[in-house]
Amino acid sequence: MSTSILFDAPGPKTVARHRLYSVIGLVFVLGVAAFFVWRLADSDQFEYRKWEPFVSPVYLETLLVDGLLETLKMAFSAVIAAVVFGVILGIGKLSDHAWVRWPCWAVVEFWRAVPVLLVMILVFYSWGIDRGVSGAYWSVVFALTVYNGAVLAEVFRAGVLAVPKGQSEAAYALGMRKSQVMWVVLLPQAVKIMLPAIISQCVVALKDTSLGYAVAAPGLTFVGKQIYGDPDFGGNQVPTVFVLAVIYIVVNLLLTGVATWVQKRFVGERKPLEVSMVTAVGTGATGGPL
Amino acid sequence: MHVVWDNREAVALAFGYTLLLFLISGVLSMVLGTFLAALRVGPVAVLRLAGTAYVTVVRNTPLLIVLIFFRIAGPKMGIKFNFVDITIGDVRLNNVFTACVVGLTVYTSAFVCEALRAGINAVPLGQAEAARAIGLPFGGVMRTVVLPQAIRAALPPMASVQIALLKNTTVAGALGVVEAFARMRGLTNDNAPERISLFIAFALIFVVLVEILSLFANRLERRWRIA
Repeated sequence: MSTSILFDAPGPKTVARHRLYSVIGLVFVLGVAAFFVWRLADSDQFEYRKWEPFVSPVYLETLLVDGLLETLKMAFSAVIAAVVFGVILGIGKLSDHAWVRWPCWAVVEFWRAVPVLLVMILVFYSWGIDRGVSGAYWSVVFALTVYNGAVLAEVFRAGVLAVPKGQSEAAYALGMRKSQVMWVVLLPQAVKIMLPAIISQCVVALKDTSLGYAVAAPGLTFVGKQIYGDPDFGGNQVPTVFVLAVIYIVVNLLLTGVATWVQKRFVGERKPLEVSMVTAVGTGATGGPL
Repeated sequence: MHVVWDNREAVALAFGYTLLLFLISGVLSMVLGTFLAALRVGPVAVLRLAGTAYVTVVRNTPLLIVLIFFRIAGPKMGIKFNFVDITIGDVRLNNVFTACVVGLTVYTSAFVCEALRAGINAVPLGQAEAARAIGLPFGGVMRTVVLPQAIRAALPPMASVQIALLKNTTVAGALGVVEAFARMRGLTNDNAPERISLFIAFALIFVVLVEILSLFANRLERRWRIA
């Protein structure tokens, strides 16, 4: 709802009041910023030594190649596997046979409710620990796959159900079989609706790759830990966290931009498809997954 | 399963920490998130911008980075939480716990803000227009027409956010709070052959907690539903 509907056009008194709020707000925001800058300066966070790794090419290369590239590789392996896993579970949940539907439902509910870290540590200890870096890498990918796959199964189911009913009715009327209706008629249209949701899920997967920290998996957090653990840089935790956050934010904003563009290009003005953790009873305007 | 049973007190304590992290950050994030949502739908441009900036930055930063900021980078720049040291029985709430609560609150409140905003945006324009047309003042429009509908529409996403928070508390386990995840890791280290059953036990407790929350949200939604 546009907020302007809620208010009258402000009169002179209100304009003055809003101006006062603006000033107070500005002072508050600047105050918070100033506090942080003061804390940073007071604890010598601006000294060159602490920022050195982020301006020297060797470290930048490490940060981008061993950090960002590994993180992106992990996220995309996980998302691709999750899409496959999600499609299978999503189709399973739509099945006409109860003996297919119920196990798929149980699997989805289980993996959706279990924290990613628990899965990660289980896979790492039982399989990855003897396999060094690649063991940690695939432990993260596996954990992210099952979690995001379970979420995407719901997205997928919602996507298929969002295709107008007349489409499948018409397809059945033409004499198509169930699998044909699914693969030829429903799926292509559902994918179009689902695409933005899948891309937003990429953002979630990308953010969750940072959890590889717990099993020392390669990626941005691992490189960050090495940098701030290096005594040469004088314990530069603050600059490192700052730089890592900026990298994540930039990549995620790019992905969100792509999702918005895809939404506009393929889906149009229709509301983006989003799936809640809770089975919505009402109309269910839902927020994005975390 | 006997490992979980033999260590039942430690496991219970661990889940106590999980629930404490969840409850404290849940309440705080709802307060901060509501405040942010008010800033973002309010008429003051500066505050709107500040709210938008906060949500954009925090939502696109991984939770782990937010927690590392408060837990590891914070002390380096003098932001410590040493003034908190509460002991209640076996539960000790110290600076590590507080740093994790603050991190979880800061992270979750951005999502709470978005959930509330989605709720407000879900109220059809005509509702507010009609309320204005019958002569209700701003307070009346908000209190009797817009907010009741917005809160109902915001409930499902809000429940998702809080469920996500419950699962996100495990990240605090990677940073020094001995909650469920850290306890499971410790027990797995000591009882390697039992790791599958340990995982299943901990995972099932999480499933039960999530189902309880989800059931609660469903009940609330049914009770509040009109027509």
